[in-house]
Amino acid sequence: MSARFAVGDNVRVREAYPPGHIRTPHFIRGKAGVVSAVIGTFANPEELAYGRPGTPKQTLYWVTFPQTGLWPDYAGPEHDTAVVDVFEHWLVGEQQ
Amino acid sequence: MSDHHHHDDDWPYPHPKQPDTEDAPFTDHMAMAEAVTELLIDKNIFTADDMRKMVEYIDSKSPAEGARMVARAWTDPDFKGRMLKDVNAAAKELDIDAGTIPIRCVENTPEAHNVIVCTLCSCYPRMLLGLPPDWYKSRAYRSRVIREPRKVLAEFGTDISDAVETRVHDSTADLRYMVLPMRPKGSEGMNEDALAGLVTRDSMIGVSVIKDL
Repeated sequence: MSARFAVGDNVRVREAYPPGHIRTPHFIRGKAGVVSAVIGTFANPEELAYGRPGTPKQTLYWVTFPQTGLWPDYAGPEHDTAVVDVFEHWLVGEQQ
Repeated sequence: MSDHHHHDDDWPYPHPKQPDTEDAPFTDHMAMAEAVTELLIDKNIFTADDMRKMVEYIDSKSPAEGARMVARAWTDPDFKGRMLKDVNAAAKELDIDAGTIPIRCVENTPEAHNVIVCTLCSCYPRMLLGLPPDWYKSRAYRSRVIREPRKVLAEFGTDISDAVETRVHDSTADLRYMVLPMRPKGSEGMNEDALAGLVTRDSMIGVSVIKDL
């Protein structure tokens, strides 16, 4: 499976709240970031958690978020970031 | 010997009793883990001694292994390059077993300070740093370092200049992280063993930096 996003792409995390074993933390849902690395493909943990094989494997990315975009009251400088591992099916492309 | 019988309500010491492990509630998940372990042993998938040995092996891991890698990276730029690409493979070069879960090394520079957390649970590079400190697993650390990293770092005695980017890595999925701290000034003449002695666990989590000598 080829990666849908490349380093430097602007992306947004889907704002969805499905039940189950989800590795996408709430604080990034609906938030915009930039792909900073394409890590590789891994069995989907949302499937593995229920004893299924986790196929198709999902591409995992590093997505870098500006802290000021995550927390409206962020007290540090603009250049502070959070880097979160996010699976491809949680990301949508964003025009910039 | 006195004829006093010390029952729970007759604790003669001025300090509270330390709780026993069994004082914490035995949860459904703990029962399930015990049941699965017993089944695997009954079905001869592994023996009780295999299980004990594995726990003993994981407990034997310590930050000294990560520190050896950091010291080598400081003294050998080619090794550092390989380590930044693939920590598990680089560990093998030093006869360190870093396990099969991929570990990524993030490098501190004069421009960026990295710190690691697992906001969802408590993922930690145990195979390189040993067992995590209790605070790493606490809800306070996990929820706060991601949203006020500078304040949390300051509570650890680590002040990061506003000119430097703080970069919090959340290990939410299939990777584990270690920080490659900056080599302290004044360590230029030191050999690899002496350098490894400077590298602390907390500097590889990123809540601390290694002070200049």
